[in-house]
Amino acid sequence: MRLLKLVPDNTNIKFLRWRVPFYVVSMILIAASWGLIMTKGLNYGVDFAGGQEIEATFTKQAEAPVAALREQVGKLGYGDPVIQRFGAPNEVSIRTKLPESAEGNPGAAEAISKKIIAAIRASNPDVRIESVSTVSGKVSGEFRQTAIYALGAAMLAISIYIWVRFEWQFGVGALFALFHDVSLTLGMFALFQLEFSLQIIAAILAIIGYSLNDTIVVYDRIREDLKKYRKMPLPELLDMSVNETLARTVMTSATLLVALIPLLFFGPESLFGLTAAIVLGIFVGTYSSIYMAAPILIWLGVSGDSFVPTESAIERQERLTRERGSKS
Amino acid sequence: MLEFPLWKKLWYWGLTLVIAAAALPSLFSVAGLSWPSALPNPQVSLGLDLAGGSHILLEANEKQVAQQRLENMEESVRGRLKLADPRIGIGDISSANGRLTFMLKDPSQVDAAREQILPLTTGAGLTGQRDWDIAVEDGSRFVLTPTREGLEQAVSNAMDSAIEVVRKRIDALGTREPTIIRQGENRIVVQVPGLDDPTALKNLLGQTAKLEFKMVDETAAPNDVKQGIAPPGDEIVPWADPNAPGSGGVPVLAVKRLGGIKGDQLTDAKQSFDSRNNTPVVSITFDQQGGAKFAKLTSENVNKRFAIILDGKVLSAPAINEPIMGGSAQIQGSFTVQSATQLAIALRSGALPVDLTVVEERTVGPDLGADSIRKGLIAMGVGSGLVVLLMIAVYGRFGIYATIALIFNLMMILGVMAVMGTTLTLPGIAGFVLTIGAAVDANVLIYERMREERKKGRRVIAAVENGYKEASRAIYDANITNFIAGVLLFAFGSGPVRGFAVVLIIGLFTSVFTGVTLTRMWVADWLRKARPTELNV
Repeated sequence: MRLLKLVPDNTNIKFLRWRVPFYVVSMILIAASWGLIMTKGLNYGVDFAGGQEIEATFTKQAEAPVAALREQVGKLGYGDPVIQRFGAPNEVSIRTKLPESAEGNPGAAEAISKKIIAAIRASNPDVRIESVSTVSGKVSGEFRQTAIYALGAAMLAISIYIWVRFEWQFGVGALFALFHDVSLTLGMFALFQLEFSLQIIAAILAIIGYSLNDTIVVYDRIREDLKKYRKMPLPELLDMSVNETLARTVMTSATLLVALIPLLFFGPESLFGLTAAIVLGIFVGTYSSIYMAAPILIWLGVSGDSFVPTESAIERQERLTRERGSKS
Repeated sequence: MLEFPLWKKLWYWGLTLVIAAAALPSLFSVAGLSWPSALPNPQVSLGLDLAGGSHILLEANEKQVAQQRLENMEESVRGRLKLADPRIGIGDISSANGRLTFMLKDPSQVDAAREQILPLTTGAGLTGQRDWDIAVEDGSRFVLTPTREGLEQAVSNAMDSAIEVVRKRIDALGTREPTIIRQGENRIVVQVPGLDDPTALKNLLGQTAKLEFKMVDETAAPNDVKQGIAPPGDEIVPWADPNAPGSGGVPVLAVKRLGGIKGDQLTDAKQSFDSRNNTPVVSITFDQQGGAKFAKLTSENVNKRFAIILDGKVLSAPAINEPIMGGSAQIQGSFTVQSATQLAIALRSGALPVDLTVVEERTVGPDLGADSIRKGLIAMGVGSGLVVLLMIAVYGRFGIYATIALIFNLMMILGVMAVMGTTLTLPGIAGFVLTIGAAVDANVLIYERMREERKKGRRVIAAVENGYKEASRAIYDANITNFIAGVLLFAFGSGPVRGFAVVLIIGLFTSVFTGVTLTRMWVADWLRKARPTELNV
């Protein structure tokens, strides 16, 4: 039986030749992502924005009457509702702000959701309320804060681990690759204004863990090759390492993608955002482990000596004897 | 590397099969089959986002605890100094700015006063730190400041009893299997599976049910009272229902601040009807001590009005026609049958020591969860199918080993979750799918290395051995970074997101075991039996 090869044997692609233009493009993308996050902002869901969110399915309509809903709910005077389709065309989420007076007042919040539901039901008797969430401003503020802490702590802790296991240059490289992945994922959410919820934070943390898998495989090989070919120029050596591990990088990403993509199409609607974020992160992460994590080692000055003890055991023995001799 | 003595094989197989078997009861219930009742029946519990139900996060008002403590202290200090022999006179008592201050009428009694007050302050917590600091300023002004330890202890105690009260009230509603957990310093999470209209629950938990009886000050000037100006020694309390009979159209009432009693010493409370006009009322029965206090209050104040105050609002202000000695009373207050029943439950379970407000609430209908599980299972099936096809197409026989390992892996994750009693949430389903894709990565790394070693000209056995050995470094490093991310996700996440972290973390451990250890055992067996001269990988 002939086995399938996603990557042909003995590839020799000169990845590193284009490192400068790729870096420039990546820098521009990172800057653009943050620009988008600053200007357009993230479309916070009820977790982070606070307020009330009602998820509803219109069982007898092919498509949710979004425009009509906007008017019906808007008329009630709780500001402009944010109405989004999620999953099937007949499912929507309706988000409204809570007035000051209803903060922490269950009766008032309850009354508002009842009123909204009644208004929807009046013109759509087929509506089925799937879920109602109320998050106070205080709790949503805490969610935002812990999310930032969690992302920062994960990136730092993982980079420190890589630094300990390899060398400081590799730790910086990993941190940089992670920053790249997280920035671009956030940028996509800002660009397409996809709902940004606690689940997306979970997805980004998963990306932080998994996008580094490829980077570790490449780094592991670079370390091995650095010890073996101490005189080889670094760009050439990095190209060799990346090419040697290319089949792995492609295959591990491929298994993740074929597992996750069905979840995008057949999975529950409420997991769409989370899955989309991870899928996006896998693409970005695979790219960054080749084009961000490897070339940065050249600029940070990794060399063949990085993993070789500066004095051999015999030299050390001799030095110790010498020192002992000079003391006495 | 490839030597597996019999005991090791038995141990690995035993571990695998036992843990995987723990998943069977859960799989049976998903498939709608009944699990033999004679066998242990660990089940993976479903989160509210899959099972449907209500999640309510309540927050206690810490400031109120501090305020309450100050008030109690004031009362104790007054009582104690009044009863001291010789009596210690005080004036200018104030509980502003979070501390209690008062002047001694006779500065020479400082030491006597200190001696009286000291027993009111006790050690807080394990540190032995006093819960109040006592200072004397200018020779005669006492300043009692609550210490941080004392306050923390008070909040902690209040939370403990609040949880008890919440539990009693929820039980009174007859809901199934509620989960009530303290979260952080001042929060309580309440989860009730299957409840899709939490209105009654929230109303019940939102009610502090602090019942007080205070004498109405009939001498207060009505115009001052209307403007909210309280005569000395009085407080202004609003009516719960401004149109209640007896309010006289004035929305507030002046009552005497001190000298009332609290309605917390009850043995029973139930909804009943007023025999005269057949309106819903709440009948309460005091315990012995409470009954005695109530009897004293009513016998000292015949023909005067007292206000029945619930959570700072006047329910009614009936006149005391005769002393009430029997220890039972009726509370009137524009009730409906429903609100009277609710109040009765609340009073029976005791007052909450502190107000609770709902800061987060999520309710999921029953259909959404079932639909999510069905769709999640379909997606998981298709995803696993594709992963298996890819692995077998690329690695042949070794892909089959990876596939079997994957099946055991999924069973083991489910089994561990069932035994540990962790909850499967909607994001947890995504965690499973992600684990399916990631678990075979270890196999990819090993097999690619074997390919490479073979190409370098190593013999079959050496290539397999090196494959496992050389790939394991990267496998462990990758799993540790994933573990770091997973732990942080668990630590910072809440509810459903934690479910995702749980699946990922358990999956890391099981996938290293199945993907590396088990496949190595199978490959070793095959090598010994088939003695292949070529590796088709």
